[in-house]
Amino acid sequence: MDILVVLEDNRGSLHRMSKEAIVGAQQLGGSISALAIGDNADALASELSGFDLEEVITVKHDLVSSYNADGYAMVVQKVFESESPKTILAGHTYQTRDFMPRVSAKIDAPFIPDIISIDDGLTKQILNAKLNATVSSSNEQMILSFQSAAFSEESIKPGFCSSRSFDVSLDSSQVRAESEDPFQEAAGGVDLESADLIVSIGRGIEKEENISLAFDLAEALGAEVSASRPVVDSGWVEPFRQVGSSGQNVSPKLYFALGISGAIQHVVGMKGSKNIIAINKDPDAPIFEIADYAVVGDVLEIVPKLIEKLQS
Amino acid sequence: MKIAVLVKQVPGSESVLPILNDETWVDESLVSFIMNPPDNFAIEEALLIKEKAGEGEVVIVSMGPDRVKKTIKEGLAKGADRAIHLEEDGQIETDPLSISKSFSTVLKEENFDLIFTGLQSDDTGMGQTGVLLGEMLGYSTATLAMETDVQSDSIRVKRELESGWFQWVKLPMPASISIQSGLNTPRYPSLKGIMGAKRKEIKSIPVSEHRVGSKMQTIEKVFIPQTSKQTEMIEGDADSVATRIVEILKTDLKVL
Repeated sequence: MDILVVLEDNRGSLHRMSKEAIVGAQQLGGSISALAIGDNADALASELSGFDLEEVITVKHDLVSSYNADGYAMVVQKVFESESPKTILAGHTYQTRDFMPRVSAKIDAPFIPDIISIDDGLTKQILNAKLNATVSSSNEQMILSFQSAAFSEESIKPGFCSSRSFDVSLDSSQVRAESEDPFQEAAGGVDLESADLIVSIGRGIEKEENISLAFDLAEALGAEVSASRPVVDSGWVEPFRQVGSSGQNVSPKLYFALGISGAIQHVVGMKGSKNIIAINKDPDAPIFEIADYAVVGDVLEIVPKLIEKLQS
Repeated sequence: MKIAVLVKQVPGSESVLPILNDETWVDESLVSFIMNPPDNFAIEEALLIKEKAGEGEVVIVSMGPDRVKKTIKEGLAKGADRAIHLEEDGQIETDPLSISKSFSTVLKEENFDLIFTGLQSDDTGMGQTGVLLGEMLGYSTATLAMETDVQSDSIRVKRELESGWFQWVKLPMPASISIQSGLNTPRYPSLKGIMGAKRKEIKSIPVSEHRVGSKMQTIEKVFIPQTSKQTEMIEGDADSVATRIVEILKTDLKVL
């Protein structure tokens, strides 16, 4: 086995970024196995039966029936020690960030996270995405995670893949954390993930009373309204409107970014947008790197004019 | 209650970032440094826990060259009690495993009840030092804490999951926890705090005495991202910009 892709159970189905990680693995090349852990392991394995992988290894055990960092780290370590893959791969999800460093320490292999490309070395963003860096490992075995949309899940190679169950013995004293059931707060009122047009608000909107500008523009366009995390944290819009690594992932036909700087945590949630118009005062704002249309200017001056023209 | 907060000094978001001639990093002599913004939330959470308990100690722990003393002092001025500085002299270490191994040998004897880190650093963004260190010290770990609730020998943490989901996790102490930005309102140092910080202990330990194992992860080359997109710059006054945007919406994007 060359590559072991650790799959993520997204409430019964495969996390989108696990599929993207498989595409990354297929592009790296070699023999690829995937690891599904927990009560839903068989369901996850069956989702992959039509793709080009060696096999899916399923692990079921009372101590890892649902996700916990202690249990997952131990399972990945045991599978690693038994199967000796050169590379462990995963999507760079919140869950990966939670347990994968534990695996790195256990097996003493480097964890290179949040990779955006493998074309010209392992490339990640640094310094608030203002620069990129290529990172190498001097250790033969390593752990990599891929940023959201580093690979397109549509590129997954079809094929055939079997599954095999893997028995682990886990020591209950090693699972120290007690995890309660996940819950949702303020369940969402808008379906951003399937929205065609989105007007999104960033800190550049400056004040709560200016938020209505974005809603007026959205109304004139027939768009939904989303926001970056600082705007949500300020309480100016509801949490379900948040786009980014801690919010929703959107890919509309048009993403109209008003005063959004383009911090990496936001960009990962919207860079799949087909067209991006960005207005920002700061000419160096990283959002302009990914914008199709860029306006260096004041949202508060331009948007009212725009609404006026759209309404006339 | 003894709480360590790992704090990093990073280039500020407004700083210039000139790339060195050998392309291995930025020219730090021209960079303006600040405290890693997410670390402010970790310090605040530690101070709040100490204040609520009415006893305990908050210790700022930082690795880096002499310049990081400024950031350490900022933490002390906010109200931390003392600091440990793992001082680097030559090369700045960026390999999280090496960094965590050094931290773990130095911090083992401190027997902290809690270790807090920010979500991730704004420079290399590896986001793993707190969890690595927790594993190495045999602590329980959790990440992305949105709320903390300290009980007698455990801590309950509300973890942020994705897409608006959360989960409460109860960890036995000692524990190493990364703090999500935004969970509290970090304080600014008061004048009294700034004056008081001058008398607080900063224990300097040369990191060279605590290097363990070899470095495994190396930044090879730093470069300016090439945009794959052709970006059209729309220029002019507000009125002509608005006119051009309407045109784009109508003819290029056909969304009107």
